[in-house]
Amino acid sequence: MTDAAAHVVILGAGHAGGTCAALLRQYGHAGPITMVGEEPIPPYQRPPLSKAWLKGEADADSLALKPLEFYAEQKIDFRPNTTAVKLDRAARTVGLSDGSSVTYDVLVLATGARPIALPIPGADLEGVMFLRTAADAEQLKATVGPGKRLAVVGGGYIGLEVAASGRALGADVVVLEKEERLLARVANPTLSAFFKAYHEAHGVGFELGCSVTGFEGRDGKVTGVRLADGRVVDCDAVVVGVGAHPNQEIAQAAGLECARGVVVDLEARTSDPAIFAIGDVTYRPMPLYDRMFRPESVPSALEQAKQAACAITGRPAPPPEVPWNWSDQYDIKLQIAGLPFDADEVVVRGDPATAKFAVFHLKGDRLQSVEAINAPPEFMMGKQLIGARKPVDKARLADPSVSMKEVAA
Amino acid sequence: MAKITYIEHDGTEHVVDVKTGLSVMEGAVKNNIPGIDADCGGACACATCHVYVDPTWLANTGEKSAMEESMLDFAEGVEDNSRLSCQIKVSDELDGLVVRMPESQH
Repeated sequence: MTDAAAHVVILGAGHAGGTCAALLRQYGHAGPITMVGEEPIPPYQRPPLSKAWLKGEADADSLALKPLEFYAEQKIDFRPNTTAVKLDRAARTVGLSDGSSVTYDVLVLATGARPIALPIPGADLEGVMFLRTAADAEQLKATVGPGKRLAVVGGGYIGLEVAASGRALGADVVVLEKEERLLARVANPTLSAFFKAYHEAHGVGFELGCSVTGFEGRDGKVTGVRLADGRVVDCDAVVVGVGAHPNQEIAQAAGLECARGVVVDLEARTSDPAIFAIGDVTYRPMPLYDRMFRPESVPSALEQAKQAACAITGRPAPPPEVPWNWSDQYDIKLQIAGLPFDADEVVVRGDPATAKFAVFHLKGDRLQSVEAINAPPEFMMGKQLIGARKPVDKARLADPSVSMKEVAA
Repeated sequence: MAKITYIEHDGTEHVVDVKTGLSVMEGAVKNNIPGIDADCGGACACATCHVYVDPTWLANTGEKSAMEESMLDFAEGVEDNSRLSCQIKVSDELDGLVVRMPESQH
């Protein structure tokens, strides 16, 4: 446990950093807290940026994790528009972009990840956008509307959510994906096929197995996406959603152990005991799966914020979590529990044609993960079964007439 | 605006004013009240904002959607007065509302 008067410095004011600051106060940490954020606004929820916020169903107030006055009231020194430029572990100081420096007793790295940029001609044209921040979402919202044509590069969750929201805003949407199926890196082929058909029924076009080689423009503004086969897909705007890089350079330069992110343990502690790392920047152990992973999800960021806040305030660590995530597209709610690592069998429960089904991934008779489409019982019960490591009867699992409570009994 | 009383599992009471249009979950989270995790931020995807609505207020909090009903069916410690607080919209009619939090949100 850390000294109650310790100065905790949090680098990053996203979902992880903001939650960690709030939990430290909730758990009774009395010492000073400084939270350094690159963006001009206090921590907010990113998931609605591609969904409710983009469609105009949520405002800035509802996005904010806490109201602005919260930070002053709770004596959290929030420094917006500021980044860390240098970490000196021996002196326990962090140099900031405004020229000042802060000294810490405990440091929390919550610097997140940044969208991967495509190193191709035209990537700097106006109208070629990413979706990571509220400012990105603002720009996208101002660009997309009826009669506009939006090209989405990358058929992952961000790309598909943007496609759905683009259609809701009245834009024409085409998704360009380099793999032969959507969600190739993150979902089962049954889901890939389901989402493709669902989006097509809502008017989204797809180009699968295509390679984007450049962006065409006129007067500095994007007008099209060039493909390797020579075709040009006309558009007024582009959203590139092809993954993210951890912002771990400052940790690397300071000699902290890094791999596909800053390496942490189950308490979110880095190779330096005075430094924690949480959220998208981390490469972390997954308790139920006996391996390291970079989940890049809000639930994982919240879990690690809790781990770090518990360790700093001397509370018992939270119980091992079952990782989970979700995605909303049109009236589809996808809920995923667990990770499909080492699975040797897939069981589909329900009929994808009804838009209500679940795909279970098993290793032997143990459930590793479930992808549930409009199927909360399968998600909720599946999550509990994964956590309990309980053997599952596959025949009963595959039979929708057997309730999930009976399957788990 | 509505005055809402949130009671933690250990009996600690928090009385706060919550703006009309926010959810009962947002009222707790924005005031840093412990006991409501709300991992998904109100998307009805996680069931970590489970509360027990004081029975005298239950009728005023509106109907549960099929999604909420289905999520609650599998949450821990569910009672007849259980709700997901992200699905209860605050209005003047809820002035005086009392909700209690479960021991944990799983």
